[in-house]
Amino acid sequence: MHQPIKFYQTGTHTIGNRLLKPEQRTVQSDRGRSNSLNCGHRACQGCGEALGARYAIDAAMDATRRQLIAANATGCLEVFSTPYPESSWQIPWLHSLFGNAAAVATGMAAAMKVKNRSDVRVIAQGGDGGTTDIGLGGLSGMFERNDDVLYICYDNEAYMNTGVQRSSATPPAARTATTAAVGDEPGNVFGQGKDMPAIAMAHGIPYVATATVADLHDLEDKVAKAIAIRGAKYIHIFVPCPLGWGAAAHDTIRLARLAKETGIFPVFEAERGEVTGVLRIRRKTPVEEYLKPQRRFAHLFAPTPRPDVIARIQAIADRNIRRYGLLDEGAR
Amino acid sequence: MLKQTEGSHAVAEAVALCRPEVICAYPISPQTHIVEALGEMVKSGALAPCEFINVESEFAAMSVAIGASAAGARSYTATASQGLLFMVEAVYNAAGLGLPVVMTVANRAIGAPINIWNDHSDSMSQRDCGWIQLFAETNQEAIDLHIQAFRLAEELSLPVMVCMDGFILTHAYERLELPSQEQADRYLPPFEPRQMLDPARPVTIGAMVGPEAFTEVRYLAHAKQMQALELVPELARGFKNVFGRESGGLVRPYRMEDAEIAVIALGSVLGTIKDTVDDMREDGVKIGALGITTFRPFPLKEVRDALTRVRLYVVVEKSLAIGIGGIVATDVRMALAGRLHLRGYTVIAGLGGRAITKASLRRALSAAIAGRLERLHFLDLNREIVDQVLAHEKEVRRSGPIAEAVLRNVGVVGAKIR
Repeated sequence: MHQPIKFYQTGTHTIGNRLLKPEQRTVQSDRGRSNSLNCGHRACQGCGEALGARYAIDAAMDATRRQLIAANATGCLEVFSTPYPESSWQIPWLHSLFGNAAAVATGMAAAMKVKNRSDVRVIAQGGDGGTTDIGLGGLSGMFERNDDVLYICYDNEAYMNTGVQRSSATPPAARTATTAAVGDEPGNVFGQGKDMPAIAMAHGIPYVATATVADLHDLEDKVAKAIAIRGAKYIHIFVPCPLGWGAAAHDTIRLARLAKETGIFPVFEAERGEVTGVLRIRRKTPVEEYLKPQRRFAHLFAPTPRPDVIARIQAIADRNIRRYGLLDEGAR
Repeated sequence: MLKQTEGSHAVAEAVALCRPEVICAYPISPQTHIVEALGEMVKSGALAPCEFINVESEFAAMSVAIGASAAGARSYTATASQGLLFMVEAVYNAAGLGLPVVMTVANRAIGAPINIWNDHSDSMSQRDCGWIQLFAETNQEAIDLHIQAFRLAEELSLPVMVCMDGFILTHAYERLELPSQEQADRYLPPFEPRQMLDPARPVTIGAMVGPEAFTEVRYLAHAKQMQALELVPELARGFKNVFGRESGGLVRPYRMEDAEIAVIALGSVLGTIKDTVDDMREDGVKIGALGITTFRPFPLKEVRDALTRVRLYVVVEKSLAIGIGGIVATDVRMALAGRLHLRGYTVIAGLGGRAITKASLRRALSAAIAGRLERLHFLDLNREIVDQVLAHEKEVRRSGPIAEAVLRNVGVVGAKIR
């Protein structure tokens, strides 16, 4: 009965909850979870962001014993969760503007400090546009001051709420409404964009992590770990967008997993600017498998196949693998 | 307590007496001395409990104030000029959310061309944003208005902007009556928010509102601000009871009892205007002045009532609505709607810190009385220079940068005080 079980098939961080001891199970599997982002919201079918937010905020509620307040940037998450006069949020939640979630959260954290409510923790959340583009100044300020805020970026790699325009998180070659799949170099250009987790790490803040919606245990663990730390924290969650990516709603988890397994999206954590752990690639997968199910990359396969462009994307993935040691034995 | 002190420092002390809990600021002249003094008070522990946050921009300053206020803390910031413009999106947001933030605007011109000196263009650009706007005439009034502003903001759950002339007030040293903490506490109760982010009672603040309810939300914002027209005089009376002096209110008439001519203005220029009124009174001119302390909401009735006997009025304003003229003048005209016999003039004065002298004012006022003043007059405008620039632009396609052309024609750069 006490013999340790080895889960060859999936790795210990993706196994089903019912095979685990109760204390090892996810917050999401708990019937007493807070349901912070309640049902009835208007997210698209298969929305990775809704899933990511649900996991992350419920985990944060669990970790703070439900003493949590949140600032939200303008974007899909804000729009689909609060269609007037309804709200899906079961937590104290404030939406101010597109570019100021981090600064608003700084104000909240200051208020909690001055009111001797250090038990109440503050989260700020936004999409990639609200984080890497319009909100970067405020986010950098919050990091630099080491304010006691956990900032969560739900990265779906473009401005989905306004109709899928390019952001500085849009990957090369991806088609968006402002990076058309036409010309010699169709889609978004190579050599641009921001590596937001690295930017966060460069501030030397106590904790930075990346995660995907494909790995629930890992995501929840990182949120809980971040909440346990005082000061500025940053979690960058990879959240596929069926609408913006031209992918099937049922492929959201699969695409998130493929992003990690190809090395396109390295999953790691870092403390004070140093990488402290990575999620190992279990079965190295060529990037084609990740690109093919997404219509935003369809121009790389037909009518004229572009193995040259795919090779460049593969080179980016390979660089991530080398840089973060995603195939190293020591990795989790 | 009487104290010889700088306007900015006095305002900082007055703000501190109001026990703000979160202060956030980004430096911009001429606001700096206010937040420097507050920063020192927080750092030394003289102002506690309070968090002072050095933010990375004015946009962040207002955003931090929004977050702190929504979380139940009394919040304060200060800015000016470009800084106010940089935070505009958040300025509107604070008003839309109904958060009682108090902000000092150390009035300064807006570029381009960049100019650090005083005028009212910055505050005037925000006159429709939903904030209550109070204009201080003196440093004593600046102190007093700040104390009243917190009370006003929190009673209405609306943000309040206290406007004081940059440098002219902020950097002027004079003898001021600084209230005691006991007085301030008696006047200003602890902050009891109408809405608050509280884990015990979760609420959603800032939800999306569509056409079905947006008009109603906006109407309420207007209705709430209009309540200030009753509350401001009430608070000024209460202020007198506690502090023993007149301060605040909606409008402040000066020698208007039998005046046939009225000069209308906001802020510190009223001092010079009153002196000019005195001089002209001595020469038998039936002239008075009307100071507008509360500019938003605009006290239409009080302005109309104050001008009942008047046959001619001159609005002296330190801002310009390019393409139309006066800003205050437009509102005054609205207050006087229907009184067709009235002759009204707009005098644009003091832009970018140009001194407004008694001599210039008197020349303009005399010309108005004689019917020789343009309806829109630019005080002390160097007509020769602007005509030269306009002529040059007609002749030469690549006429070059505008400001530089003017400066070249001015010759020696310096204040042109006549």
